[in-house]
Amino acid sequence: MTDGIKILIASPLLSYTGANTVEARGTTLGALLNDLDARYPGIRFRMVDEQDQLRRHMRFFVNGEIVKSLGHPIKPGDEVGIVQALSGG
Amino acid sequence: MARKAKASGTVLLVATRKGAWIYQGDAARKTWRSSGPHFLGHIIHHLMLDPRDGKTLLASASTGHLGPTIFRSTDLGKNWKEAKQPPAFKKQEGGRTVNHTFWLTPAHKNEPKVWYAGTSPQGLFRSEDGGITWNEFSSINDDKQYREWMGREQDGTPDGPKMHSVIIDPRDPKHMYFAMSGGGVHETVDGGKRWAPLIDGMEVVGGFDPKTVTFHDPHCVRMCPSNPDRLYQQNHCGIYRLDRPGKVWKRIGKTMPAKVGDVGFPMVVHPRDDERCWVLPMDGQTVWPRTSVEGKPAVYGTGNGGKSWTRLDSGLPKNAAWWTVKRQAFAADTAAAVGLYFGTTSGELWASRNEGKAWSCIARHLPEIYAVETATIG
Repeated sequence: MTDGIKILIASPLLSYTGANTVEARGTTLGALLNDLDARYPGIRFRMVDEQDQLRRHMRFFVNGEIVKSLGHPIKPGDEVGIVQALSGG
Repeated sequence: MARKAKASGTVLLVATRKGAWIYQGDAARKTWRSSGPHFLGHIIHHLMLDPRDGKTLLASASTGHLGPTIFRSTDLGKNWKEAKQPPAFKKQEGGRTVNHTFWLTPAHKNEPKVWYAGTSPQGLFRSEDGGITWNEFSSINDDKQYREWMGREQDGTPDGPKMHSVIIDPRDPKHMYFAMSGGGVHETVDGGKRWAPLIDGMEVVGGFDPKTVTFHDPHCVRMCPSNPDRLYQQNHCGIYRLDRPGKVWKRIGKTMPAKVGDVGFPMVVHPRDDERCWVLPMDGQTVWPRTSVEGKPAVYGTGNGGKSWTRLDSGLPKNAAWWTVKRQAFAADTAAAVGLYFGTTSGELWASRNEGKAWSCIARHLPEIYAVETATIG
């Protein structure tokens, strides 16, 4: 189990975390988001739908590279960024 | 120690594309005190107070980026908590995703914590704990026939196909209706085990077969509180009335002025008189501008079940008002002289304290208004 992955939180999700940067554990992006949800209940469903698809206007980065799969591996020292896509109106 | 006066009176629950506002009227409904914005930046699709306990307020929310959820308050919006399990379809191969919860209905008075929700795309959900957790209700969400009738994304409204007008018979919690845009009106008499279409008499766009359920686009269906056997409907193709146990809708909009027509979104019924209802027509010609007809908005009311209609536009803009009113954004209160309230696509909130005879604007410059509901507190 990876420990203490640093996660940059998008502003629309600050109502859950109360902080721009938080930590969670997991060896995949999916496991990381599950752990994040255990710490901040409800946050995962705002980012991942009921069919386990990343929501259309959310973006996930691992060490600066965009990631599109919940199965993407996470290793110690990785930095994860959750941001909202450039869309809106 | 001085005690804070308890809030009482009529409240308007206003859901908009950018948040929610709550307006509380004085005893005469002349002045209104607002609170909000609640959830600034969230799309609030519907905001509804539970009339059974007078305090549970549910808000259906989403944003342009985040997935949908339900927020819950038990102190008229001072504090909110998110639902633990918002409406969501089951995970399965080819499974669907709730884009947003469009419609919220408190259930029968004998089922005090039960709520129903209609979603986009069309799905029916139920909560048994006052909106904290939600589960799929009935089998229709995955029923092959119903899925065909629901159509696909492009068969619905520009903002997604919707389940709406979830109605519970006050005499029997197992007798329910819902409507779908598109997909027709449907009824169950056994608590949702079986549903059947209720579309006879309803028209569809010219050239299509009205027997095909998926072509039907009811915009809003209301049951008369004083007579649960009478339903009124504003449809994509006209205004209708249905008197049960009859099964054939009667198009009562044919008696509207020809220049105005009988296309619109909302339908409002009188709380005590089943002969009276109100509509707010819009331009449904050619490319469907969905504005007020000729830029001259007006409510039309009937006092005889649709045999005739009266134009009610005193106080409303006389011209150059190119807004319309969405299907959830027109509501009535239960006062002796019934109050009517509607919110426009241009963010204005209008009120009448005399059943539409005169109108005044009580708020301007709000975001696009999606829903207006009334409630009585205290």
